[in-house]
Amino acid sequence: MFEHYVSLFVRAVFVENMALAFFLGMCTFIAISKKIGTAIGLGIAVIVVQTITVPVNNLILHYLLNEGALSWTGIDALANLDLRFLGLLSYIGVIAAIVQILEMTLDKYVPSLYNALGIFLPLITVNCAILGASLFMVERDYNLGESVVYGIGAGTGWALAITLLAGIREKLKYSDVPDGLKGLGITFITVGLMSLGFMSFSGVQL
Amino acid sequence: MAEKTKDLLFGPIFDNNPIALQILGICSALAVTSNLSTTVTMCIALTLVTAFSNFFVSTVRNVIPSSIRIIVQMTIIASLVIVVDQFLKAYAYSISKQLSVFVGLIITNCIVMGRAEAFAMKNAPIPSFMDGVGNGLGYSVLLLTLGFVRELFGAGSLFGIQVLPTTADGGWYATNGLLLLPPSAFFLIGFFIWAVRAWKPEQVEEDDFKMKPHSRVSDAF
Repeated sequence: MFEHYVSLFVRAVFVENMALAFFLGMCTFIAISKKIGTAIGLGIAVIVVQTITVPVNNLILHYLLNEGALSWTGIDALANLDLRFLGLLSYIGVIAAIVQILEMTLDKYVPSLYNALGIFLPLITVNCAILGASLFMVERDYNLGESVVYGIGAGTGWALAITLLAGIREKLKYSDVPDGLKGLGITFITVGLMSLGFMSFSGVQL
Repeated sequence: MAEKTKDLLFGPIFDNNPIALQILGICSALAVTSNLSTTVTMCIALTLVTAFSNFFVSTVRNVIPSSIRIIVQMTIIASLVIVVDQFLKAYAYSISKQLSVFVGLIITNCIVMGRAEAFAMKNAPIPSFMDGVGNGLGYSVLLLTLGFVRELFGAGSLFGIQVLPTTADGGWYATNGLLLLPPSAFFLIGFFIWAVRAWKPEQVEEDDFKMKPHSRVSDAF
């Protein structure tokens, strides 16, 4: 049992890395990776949000949306309802709400972290990595325990990738790049090379 | 008016490409381009969603309180994406399976959200609709280029039909497997950006600082 969770975690961090294997959260990944400091801050925020939203969406799916999920209410009319088509709307709603709650909680109890994260926290709502993890959770039919582990793993993988890229880009500033490739172009090629590196994990059998 | 519509429709294709210049909507650009049929489906879906979300957001722009505008935009976009998703599941099930989570991820595609926020909130419904179509086209041009190159050279086929006879089937073309792998999309986008910027030098990014030229040998003494 424990082994199963460890392998799920390792797979989520390395083999199925959110940023470098599935290209999720690319917009923020490319736009906010110019400095290591901000990249780490954003990475931590993503881990936290991911760890909360994936399990919560798992509960929503199993107790509200799935076919027959509403049978716990004891009302016959609801017992056979299949609300899965409302999935996308509910997941994004849950994510937006949780990010908002997290923002208010941090502001009240941990203002130092709140100030460090600044604008990144609200931006996370529209980060595809967050919604992507919830959708993968649905597609692969994870249970609650698995979805907690998967949430942490997916967040960690993304944070690791953005920190690495920020490190490379800080060095890249000092290199002489052809005019047309400056900035965005060379970043894409760098990410491509990193992604090739991460593909070597895909042979790992767990 | 005709001139303005033309600008709205064709401006985003090369002059202000959402992916190459505005850094919006990259996620799906990479993951769905390994063959052309999923690419085309994705382009149509995204163009429709952007156009209609711009239209509807613009229609209600004067009655949305600004504090909850993001939630309202999200709801409109999510509803449109649900329609697209259900439609694909009903009429193109195999493609919908291949696209897996990426149809759902149109909701968080920054192009849709970005255009709703930047254009539709300030303009009338019809120009907003045109702007949505234009940005969808800009996205499509880049995606179709990627999909074309990746499928043709990666698998020797287009839309699943064999064009170049591969060595595996006794032909002459040795497939380049790298192009079917995800990282190749990064390189191709990088080169696409390079090509566009070589053609339109005003898009080249400014240096953070100026590099000093190499000192001559004579300066050292």
